[in-house]
Amino acid sequence: MTAFLAAIDYAHWGVSALLLIPLAGALLIWAAPEGAAKKIALGVALLEFAVSVGLWWAYDPAGPPIQVGGSLPWIPAWGIEYRIGVDGISLFMVLLTTFLMPLAVLGSWSGITKREKGYYALMMVLTTGMIGVFVAMDLFLFYVFWEVMLIPMYFIIGVWGGKGRLYASIKFFIYTFLGSLLMLVAILVLYFNAGRAAGGDYSFAYEHILRYAALPMSAQFWLFGAFFLAFAIKVPMVPFHTWLPDAHVEAPTAGSVILAGILLKMGTYGFLRFALPFFPSVATNPTVSAVVITLAVVGIVYGALVAMVQPDFKKLIAYSSVSHLGFVVLGIWALTIQSTQGALMVMINHGISTGALFFLVGMIYERRHSRLIADFGGIARVMPAYAAVLTLVSLSSIGLPGTNGFVGEFLVLLGTFRTHPIAAGIATTGVIFAAAYLLWAIQRIIYYALDKKENRSLTDLVPREWGVLVPLVVVILWLGLFPAPVLRRMEPSARHFIESVQGRPAPAVAAVSPQPAVRAALRTLAVADSASSGAVARAGTPQP
Amino acid sequence: MLLGPSLAVSAILFSIGVMGVLLRRNAIVILMCIELMLNAVNLTFVALSQQLGLDGQVFVFFVMTVAAAEAAVGLAIIIALYRHRDTVNLQRINLLRG
Amino acid sequence: MNPLAGTAADWVGLAILLPFAGFLANGALAFLKPKAKRTVSVIGVGSVVAAFVVAVAVFLAVRAAHPAAPYVQTFWSWIPVGDLSVNAGLQVDQLSVVMLLVVTGVSSLIHLFSVGYMHDDPGYARYFAYLNLFVAFMLVLVLGASFPVMFIGWEGVGLCSYLLIGFWFEEKEKADAGLKAFLVNRIGDVGFLIAMFLIFTHLGTLDFRETFARAPQGLAAGGGTVTAIALFLFMACVGKSAQIPLYVWLPDAMAGPTPVSALIHAATMVTAGVYLVARANILFAMAPVASAVVAGVGALTALFAATIGLKQWDIKKVLAYSTISQLGYMFVGVGVGAYASGMFHLVTHAFFKALLFLGAGSVIHVMHQAYHHTHRQADAQDMRNMGGLAAYMPWTARTMWVATLAIAGIPPLAGFFSKDGILGAAFARGQGQPFYLLVWLLGIVAAFLTAFYMGRLMLYTFHGPNRTGDLERPYLTEAPWVMTAPLIVLAALTIVGGALNLPHVETLRHWLEPLTAQSAAFVPDLALSGGVEIGLMVGAALIGIAGLWLAGRILKPEALLPPERAPQETGFAKLLLEKYRVDEFYRRFIIEPLVWFARVVLWKGVDAGLIDTAGVNGSAALARGLGWIGSRIESGQVGTYVVFFLIGAVAVLAALLK
Repeated sequence: MTAFLAAIDYAHWGVSALLLIPLAGALLIWAAPEGAAKKIALGVALLEFAVSVGLWWAYDPAGPPIQVGGSLPWIPAWGIEYRIGVDGISLFMVLLTTFLMPLAVLGSWSGITKREKGYYALMMVLTTGMIGVFVAMDLFLFYVFWEVMLIPMYFIIGVWGGKGRLYASIKFFIYTFLGSLLMLVAILVLYFNAGRAAGGDYSFAYEHILRYAALPMSAQFWLFGAFFLAFAIKVPMVPFHTWLPDAHVEAPTAGSVILAGILLKMGTYGFLRFALPFFPSVATNPTVSAVVITLAVVGIVYGALVAMVQPDFKKLIAYSSVSHLGFVVLGIWALTIQSTQGALMVMINHGISTGALFFLVGMIYERRHSRLIADFGGIARVMPAYAAVLTLVSLSSIGLPGTNGFVGEFLVLLGTFRTHPIAAGIATTGVIFAAAYLLWAIQRIIYYALDKKENRSLTDLVPREWGVLVPLVVVILWLGLFPAPVLRRMEPSARHFIESVQGRPAPAVAAVSPQPAVRAALRTLAVADSASSGAVARAGTPQP
Repeated sequence: MLLGPSLAVSAILFSIGVMGVLLRRNAIVILMCIELMLNAVNLTFVALSQQLGLDGQVFVFFVMTVAAAEAAVGLAIIIALYRHRDTVNLQRINLLRG
Repeated sequence: MNPLAGTAADWVGLAILLPFAGFLANGALAFLKPKAKRTVSVIGVGSVVAAFVVAVAVFLAVRAAHPAAPYVQTFWSWIPVGDLSVNAGLQVDQLSVVMLLVVTGVSSLIHLFSVGYMHDDPGYARYFAYLNLFVAFMLVLVLGASFPVMFIGWEGVGLCSYLLIGFWFEEKEKADAGLKAFLVNRIGDVGFLIAMFLIFTHLGTLDFRETFARAPQGLAAGGGTVTAIALFLFMACVGKSAQIPLYVWLPDAMAGPTPVSALIHAATMVTAGVYLVARANILFAMAPVASAVVAGVGALTALFAATIGLKQWDIKKVLAYSTISQLGYMFVGVGVGAYASGMFHLVTHAFFKALLFLGAGSVIHVMHQAYHHTHRQADAQDMRNMGGLAAYMPWTARTMWVATLAIAGIPPLAGFFSKDGILGAAFARGQGQPFYLLVWLLGIVAAFLTAFYMGRLMLYTFHGPNRTGDLERPYLTEAPWVMTAPLIVLAALTIVGGALNLPHVETLRHWLEPLTAQSAAFVPDLALSGGVEIGLMVGAALIGIAGLWLAGRILKPEALLPPERAPQETGFAKLLLEKYRVDEFYRRFIIEPLVWFARVVLWKGVDAGLIDTAGVNGSAALARGLGWIGSRIESGQVGTYVVFFLIGAVAVLAALLK
């Protein structure tokens, strides 16, 4: 496989193709007749997934931190580049995205009946935006993608959503936008600061800023605050989470899946990629760290408790996301290798399990036009296969060992326990509450007497729905029993992250030199190559 | 050469334009007054370009292009407005009131 | 090189795979051909019997080799992260092979019994699928070579327990009982997780072999860390093995089919806690305080549950409290440091308690059929509806008497030796530490109560006049052979099981020695002088006889009234009947306040009220208000705007020219 990928020169165009294919797909959908929209969308999404699978082999865990990408000049006057690449963190976020998108299209098959062209075209644009966020290695480019993915999601909720969709979509938009504007300001400050520090070499390149930005502590604190707020809203961390239940409840099924499965991960990805590595001394400051960890632990317990009393199943899952993402933030801030990799695993697992739960809710919603738990009961009698899948997915969501959920939560808690035993101890009680809210809810849906007339005629899963659920179930079991290949691929990046936060400066491995003289030569090279050659080249170029 | 008079003419033209925009009610007249102001500025550019280089003259072309576009769009809007409301008296058109 | 390499022990994984394959096959049949009962039975029973055959082969290999160290097979690397390395590995040693035999053996019998018991149930295939899955998970628990792998089984059996208790999920209270079991077990599982975190933090491994090898050097004996580890592990045991205060799920778990109660809630799963303590014996031996807690909780539970058992009318509830009580004994055993005695009681208890439950199942099956024939709505599990059944079900009655004598501690049945071993050890430990004398005393009292309530159960069920009803009586017959055969096998095991660990021969203790030898340094010698030992034995036997005799003496089965006409109990008897109202206490003071807090304070108060209404929508309203004020100067007149514009432009120019 590796040889094949090398033969087709995958490393040079793979990631760019991932960004371009959905855009082309969107144009195609726009040009095609209404009825063909979903078929094209499915085909494009599958093609996208097929292309993305190559990343699994193209990324070499033993290689430099950021690989399989490249850079092209975009607005050279301001040091803005089209600079992309993946590491062991973004690799899995990209794969998660491309894995969920075909399922999301398939899951919308019968649920979306109006303006299909617009819907599927937006889904495609959304894909580009999401992947772009994960692969952008230039802060300007990152910000562009960050906003690009916001717009389609706003429309998907606002146009194809439920009754309160306008409120929900505007709330979603304003919340996210507030955070991202603050982040933009922070990015600009970093840009100018790093540019000055580099002797007038202004660049938005991630590693350039990582290398040169040097601000006084107080300024760092405020900038960190801006990044933190942007990402904390996206995660969402308590108390910035109230957009999530509304958005989830009102969004169409696929919207909820993407929102929970991928968009939330951008917050935690931002922590890993930007907030902590840029401002390690702030992030590891005892007070800041204590506040964040407290928020994370509160989120775990709070989300679980509030989820427990929700009458609406979709809202329940939304609050459970708050709880799950609390584990991720906890794992990131605990800064041990186990907790960091655990956080990454929870990010993936949450995408799979919660995504599957949203699909499952969507399936009974399509049949019954209700999401209220009280409207169901005893449907295991009429939908046994559905009940079995729902049970399995719920078990993975509550972290039953042998499913994917356990691996992530276990690692987060284990790793956190080494540095913050009390927080880990409290967070561990989350596993009780998780079982309480989810099992209690599915109990009231699938068990008990089948006493409502409308539920007697429900039909079990149809082949298309199996097509959505089977891949998810396979991944649930795969990541639960054989997570080692995934964990090994993440490990160097997770380690690199911890080192970059704890032990600065350690740029010898990472820094790509954006020296003007060298830059032109590097533009055509993959970032992977430039990492090493850049270091060599810099040795011969006098420092400014 | 003739810089003072040129600038004076342009200032007068500009003031006439401003007064027209402020005092007239007819949308078409107001649009014409705006054109007047733009041309006053153009005159200033040209007048000053003899001292400050060709940049001003180049800019005049930009302004003229924009003015042409603006006139086209503006007149179209006015026609649309007239079709809807049967008037181009701006005192009667206050959709933007808060 | 372990002497077990290359022997049948290499195939121990099959013991897990076979029932798991049975689960997959039966699970598929449950969807595709739920009526194919014969196929389901063959797969369901066959896979477990095959696992038993594997177990026997492995046992023989272990007996032949008698390795000094556990034999670990690693299949793949499960969770490798940094310095953490958890392998999917199985461990064969003297301890796990004992459990392997017991689990597969008892499971085989109970699977066979289920063929008769569940025969007319529409969920037949689903039932066997769950039951097979349970066996697979139980074997993962038993054979796992590290704490996380054991934890897969640990939670997996909890899952199967949940599914099987709520097997008849259309009845709300049964489904709820399953959920209750799962949640209460999860509370315990938090202890398991935290214990794992502590072990990893302090010893840097989660592997059994390495943990136990490093513990004596890596941890201070009697120190806070090892005590915390042991206590958190015990917290897990308290949940899984239904000890005070987390025992409340087990009586409710009787909602499941009776063979399930026999297998999961008596013979195997609930003993997992005892197995865990025995497995981690070095950690407990190094933590005397934790061990005392284990023994104390065990003794208290033994007595407490026995008192509740005195007043229950539901035949399965009596047995459920009896199980809790007997599990208490096992914890006394492992708590005082007599790990082999605890395991011994685990094994004998698996025999006689499975027998009791299956016997009760046979009775319930027959009672249920009788009521089914006459369409009468009556409780087939209430002993007040039984009586005199010995005449109709002779084999059931005979075998259950064997078990009753065993649990009452009558020599020479298995229960006598195993219970005596535990109480003797507690007494011996009490010589130096008076606390253990108290434990011993509680155990003696509980033994007396055990004999009494078991005598009561037998008397009300099988003797005296029959109270089932005149119409129903003709339908009372012995159960089919698939149900009586397992009873007879278990009765035979109950009779001879004591031979496993006879006093002074102590086969089991010597058998387990390679695994407990390390602990010997931390636990005082528990040998008693000959005279005291014989005295204790005689005393124990007399107490058992006294309990049975007293039951026969003061209880009057003739005077029993059917449940609907029974008089209200009063005073302490009422409190016992209501199980000390512990469930109500938990509901009132833990569950309801928590739900109220979540709903009213967190959701409506903080989430919807504070954050959303005041914060989010509040700021939106503020912006709207400011906008309204600003909009007052917007007249809609272009002219006005231009004036403002002009003023602004002049002001900017003025500022620039200044």
